Amino acid sequence: MRDRIAVKLALNLLPIVISLALTTLLIVAVGSDPRAVLENSIEGVFRSTVTLAAVFNFWIPLALCSVGLVVTFTAGLWNIGVEGQMAMGALFASWAAQYLVLPSPLLIGVEIALAMLGGAAWAALVGVLKLRLGVHEIFGGVALNALASVLTIYLISGPWQPPEGGSAQATAPFPTDALLPPLSPDFPVNALALAIVAASVIGIALALRGTRWGLHLRATGKNPRSALLLGVPTTTSAMSALVVCGAIAGIAGAYRVLFTYASLRPLVTGGIGFLALLVVLLVGARAVWAALTALGFAVILGGSTRLKVALQLDQSLAGVLQGLIVLTVLLVNGFKARLLRDPGSEIAVPPAATIDISPAASSLTPSDSLDQGTSP
Amino acid sequence: MNDSLLNILNSVVGTATPLVIAGLGETIIERAGVVNLALDGSLALAAMVGFVVALATSSVLVGVIAAMIVGALIALIIAAADIELKQDQVAVGFVLTLLAADVAQFLGQDYTRTPGPTLLSAPFPFLSDLPIVGKVFFDHDPFVYVSYILIFGTWYWLFRTRGGLAHRAIGERPAAAFARGTNVNRLRYLYCIIGGALVGLAGAAYSLAVKPGWSTPPVMRGDGWIALAIVIFGGWHPFRVVLGAYLFAGLRALSSAIQRSPDIQIPLVLLNGLPWLLMIVTLVLVSSGAIERLTRLLPRPLQRMTRSFLRSDPPAALGTRFEK
Repeated sequence: MRDRIAVKLALNLLPIVISLALTTLLIVAVGSDPRAVLENSIEGVFRSTVTLAAVFNFWIPLALCSVGLVVTFTAGLWNIGVEGQMAMGALFASWAAQYLVLPSPLLIGVEIALAMLGGAAWAALVGVLKLRLGVHEIFGGVALNALASVLTIYLISGPWQPPEGGSAQATAPFPTDALLPPLSPDFPVNALALAIVAASVIGIALALRGTRWGLHLRATGKNPRSALLLGVPTTTSAMSALVVCGAIAGIAGAYRVLFTYASLRPLVTGGIGFLALLVVLLVGARAVWAALTALGFAVILGGSTRLKVALQLDQSLAGVLQGLIVLTVLLVNGFKARLLRDPGSEIAVPPAATIDISPAASSLTPSDSLDQGTSP
Repeated sequence: MNDSLLNILNSVVGTATPLVIAGLGETIIERAGVVNLALDGSLALAAMVGFVVALATSSVLVGVIAAMIVGALIALIIAAADIELKQDQVAVGFVLTLLAADVAQFLGQDYTRTPGPTLLSAPFPFLSDLPIVGKVFFDHDPFVYVSYILIFGTWYWLFRTRGGLAHRAIGERPAAAFARGTNVNRLRYLYCIIGGALVGLAGAAYSLAVKPGWSTPPVMRGDGWIALAIVIFGGWHPFRVVLGAYLFAGLRALSSAIQRSPDIQIPLVLLNGLPWLLMIVTLVLVSSGAIERLTRLLPRPLQRMTRSFLRSDPPAALGTRFEK
């Protein structure tokens, strides 16, 4: 028995060890010093309260997207379009920031509401494509992500270009009244956004556990066909999950333009939506764990910010480490189930249990498979 | 036919080739019942490795082989995670596509915009002398000629051989294939490796021929997703997949021609959205049964022909795990 616990503990640490070892190998491969990378990463996070705040500024949008994805994964949907939903949130908020003249608190409220609307609308498109027209949400999402990005670049280089001429780098900085204020100059993080994150995490966690809506989502995600037979409105459930996720991702987008950049720029999402998908792959449909894991990923991101300046290393190293961690966790979970022959641990593997999108499990209609073929 | 049109068609065939090869690779994998969602990242990593290895060894061939190994390894990880470790193909594929793209960007950082070895166009003996066809199809780099062999080879294998029958069977009815003595999982490994190697070859076709070199962000970003959509559009049939790839490249060429034309005032950047809009429209057409309804408008004898050509049911066991 004690052996089993020891093996389990070792297996839980294994992914981190493997990921760090492989990352070290890659750093050596490009001719850099792993120790210098580690020192600079730690310094990148802990050098001052301002760098620490930078971690939270990654965490806020990442946690929001992750919590949104918890909702869609509960409903058995691969909402890869979260990236585009975030971008549309940023875009809608940017419109309000540039064109509306209102007292600051009211303006910020309108900006966030519009951002939620933009994100939700883009998510609803994914939903219509999937639920009405039979296009799998992965493909609908990928295409809509690209279209959101094209639209952003078009606006920056065209109608919204700064008065001194369009360099396609960014819009002109938004007026101060339109921006989210920092807590203090030493710790530039926005308090309202922190409150929204907390409210979303708690709200979603409770709603998924304790409401009829949450029950419907879980039923839709687990087995849509039997859910439908039992009278669960699976189409409505799936659509509502997407819209809720889109709205929350929209706020994440708004944070990027109303705080992080104070303007709209290309690649405004910075890949945070995709990173949120990794977070949820890691922890499954658990809102609180998603937010905590997002903090870990935000630390890695924050640590990578100094690499370019200090060591001329590409920041994609952060993505490498994050991707390796998720991949090895998935693989080691598989080993664990195999090694311990413990049927329980196989169920405990969140990704397999909660986001099985194999055609049979995720189909909302009988004809629904990865390509949504025309016949069952 | 004038020369400029021939030149455009020639470049369409050239730029479509990576999509053709990647689409065929994915078709081979999906026909065996496995989804390789990591196409986009695989193309990037294979392109980077192919280029850097070719540069280091001064041998394009070694670079191509290295790229193929990269593509095969990624597909192999997905297959092993599914078969041995019971992990979801789509989840593992998605992580791998992000990871491979990041690894490519990190390891390739010192090679961006470095000049390196390139496979040049070489008119194909005799065939390039044919009118029109010669210029359009037989005045290319070797990747294009290899793609022709792959197109017919894949079709012949899948639909005209016993081995191909077993290949399709493990994607459609793995249990039935197993009952008839086919080792389902061993074949899935095999076709993942072969298909993945083709995806790697497609990556090398970018960095060693179509858009020589390596850059950040990579030139082929997004093309992996488009290739995945083309496989669906192509109904998992090699000829239709190829047709889809050529159509796509053709429309891209058209949109860049529009960008150059002074008469049409469409903002340049918006045209970049065209491939993606097209992806949505074609997927809606094949998925919603719209094509089925359209064919009913045709005269009866034509109906059967077009329907059998446009049939687009996925392999029935696509994305599912086979357990005895």
